[in-house]
Amino acid sequence: MATDDSSDSGDGATRRDFIHIASMGLGAVAVGAAMWPLIDQMNPSAEVLAMSTTEVDLSAIEVGQSITVVWRKKPVFIRRRTAAEIAEAQAVSLADLPDPETDADRVQKPEWLVMVGVCTHLGCVPLGEQGEYGGWFCPCHGSHYDTSGRIRKGPAPNNLEVPQYVFIDDNKILIG
Amino acid sequence: MSESKFQPKSKIVQWIEYRLPIFSLMHAAVGPGYPTPKNLNYWWNFGSLAGLVLVVQIITGIVLAMHYTPTADLAFASVEHIMRDVNYGWLLRYVHANGGSMFFIVVYIHIFRGLYYGSYKAPRELLWMLGVVILLLMMATAFMGYVLPWGQMSFWGATVITSMFGAIPFIGDAILAFLWGDFAVGNATLNRFFSLHYLLPFVIVGVVILHMWALHQHGSNNPLGIDTKGPQDKVPFHPYYTAKDAFGVTVFIMFFAAMVFYEPNLLGHPDNYIPADRLSTPGHIVPEWYYLPFYAILRAITFDISIPGTNIVIITAKLAGVILMLGSILVLFLLPWLDFSKVRSATFRPLYKQIYWLLVIDVIVLGYVGAQKPEGILPTVGLIATAYYFIHFLVLMPIISKVEKPKPLPESISNPVIKAAE
Ligand code: HEM
Ligand code: FES
Repeated sequence: MATDDSSDSGDGATRRDFIHIASMGLGAVAVGAAMWPLIDQMNPSAEVLAMSTTEVDLSAIEVGQSITVVWRKKPVFIRRRTAAEIAEAQAVSLADLPDPETDADRVQKPEWLVMVGVCTHLGCVPLGEQGEYGGWFCPCHGSHYDTSGRIRKGPAPNNLEVPQYVFIDDNKILIG
Repeated sequence: MSESKFQPKSKIVQWIEYRLPIFSLMHAAVGPGYPTPKNLNYWWNFGSLAGLVLVVQIITGIVLAMHYTPTADLAFASVEHIMRDVNYGWLLRYVHANGGSMFFIVVYIHIFRGLYYGSYKAPRELLWMLGVVILLLMMATAFMGYVLPWGQMSFWGATVITSMFGAIPFIGDAILAFLWGDFAVGNATLNRFFSLHYLLPFVIVGVVILHMWALHQHGSNNPLGIDTKGPQDKVPFHPYYTAKDAFGVTVFIMFFAAMVFYEPNLLGHPDNYIPADRLSTPGHIVPEWYYLPFYAILRAITFDISIPGTNIVIITAKLAGVILMLGSILVLFLLPWLDFSKVRSATFRPLYKQIYWLLVIDVIVLGYVGAQKPEGILPTVGLIATAYYFIHFLVLMPIISKVEKPKPLPESISNPVIKAAE
């Protein structure tokens, strides 16, 4: 070489090595930074996130009736349970449950069962008052849920999800 | 036949060729300059047919996109508008919708041809693996295309299939929000699926070019599975195989046209003519027919897998199903290294030939199970058929390729043919 710009620092690393590594490192950071907006645009947008709460009036629901409302584009089941259903849900021993959870942990007031109506298997909407446990039954691949929405039989791994909600007053809840 | 050299007479061709050697490229790729084994049978027609369908899908797709609206509120209506109002819209849509099915029929035959004649073996491993990549891309493309009409099957098929990613431990829910762009399948999902459905076919074109490139490196395999030994074993691609492929194309188009004009909805599902409703799942969800064997594998495992003797679940039934389903395709990548036999064609492999046909039956059984409700003995049948599928590739293939005594191979491609003619 005509010019010697490699001025060896003694341990075999040269200035040129340093420049190579530094520029490749910076290049990688720049590519990463440029990629991030391209990736993150896929996540739920601000307006989707903004619609994240739903208020529901419960006054018209009789004992033994259910309604389905939409929250975050998902169906939410609200069921005013009968005394028999509550008793049945409370009587189950945790050892019988694939995803152990007491009924008390799943409700704020035993009469009102609020849960996301999305099967924890692959996302179908289970049908109410059906299945071997008198709760919900998912027709897609045959998952049975009990009167507390807990998985009892079939391919679904988890209980129906209980969303965050608060009772605004005796007849109104705010989901989300 | 010896290979012909490219010597254009036309001055214009010579002028262009000097600047951009595209004519000699075609000459060597699909013309007289491409020597091909002379004993190829009709199972070798399906590659060119697949190429044809890909072009048909791209052309019909681009014109459909001129009338289609990728918005959750309007998508279903725009497809009905195509069917009822757009000039020849019904034809374009039926060709495109049935073209998806034709593509899979042709490609599945193409793949089973390769399995029978050992086309995945050296030196064609990469050619085979590129083919598996094309299969994966096709599955993704057709899946997203089926979502576009935004009917009940579109919506719930999209929900069930994307929800599989929710099985991934810890980050499952974040991945779902990322895929959907929402908390459920919705407008954002439809939009991105349309964008990708438009893009992926062109990615397929790119991989097909690599597939062809790898093919031309060592040329086609053949029904005897032995290497060509010289010019006497080959014929030039044009006019011999251009003519044979053209004949295949005419027969295929008759079949395709019969489907489009007489049974355009045979392979579809009536529920997809009901607009998507996020509050009610159809009673029985089935994917398109070409996914049924894989769908059966997805549903095969109905029990959690725990550490023996404890209750600690290591793999939930849901995750196991997803792993197996992906594995059922990924195992094809390993095939060149699971089969140790030096003999390619099943014609000379008495044991392999038998398990080959068992695999064909197994896949048909899986397809049947995938189409039915999981009731009675069917889940058990599905589990056994799934187990057999993997046993075929991971156990029987390696063992048989070691213990089998192949029949004697012919000396060359031209030898048996000449003897038979005498
Ligand atoms: C690999 C090639 C392709 C395959 C396998 C494929 C497959 C499909 C399938 C199965 C459908 C659903 C048909 C239905 O039931 O209505 C569909 C719809 C659609 N595809 Fe493709 N497609 C391909 C290429 C393309 C391309 C290149 C475009 C260009 C934009 C396109 C545009 C569309 C549009 C607009 C629809 C919605 C209209 C409809 O449902 O008929 N496709 N595609
Ligand atoms: S989605 Fe409910 S059982 Fe599969």
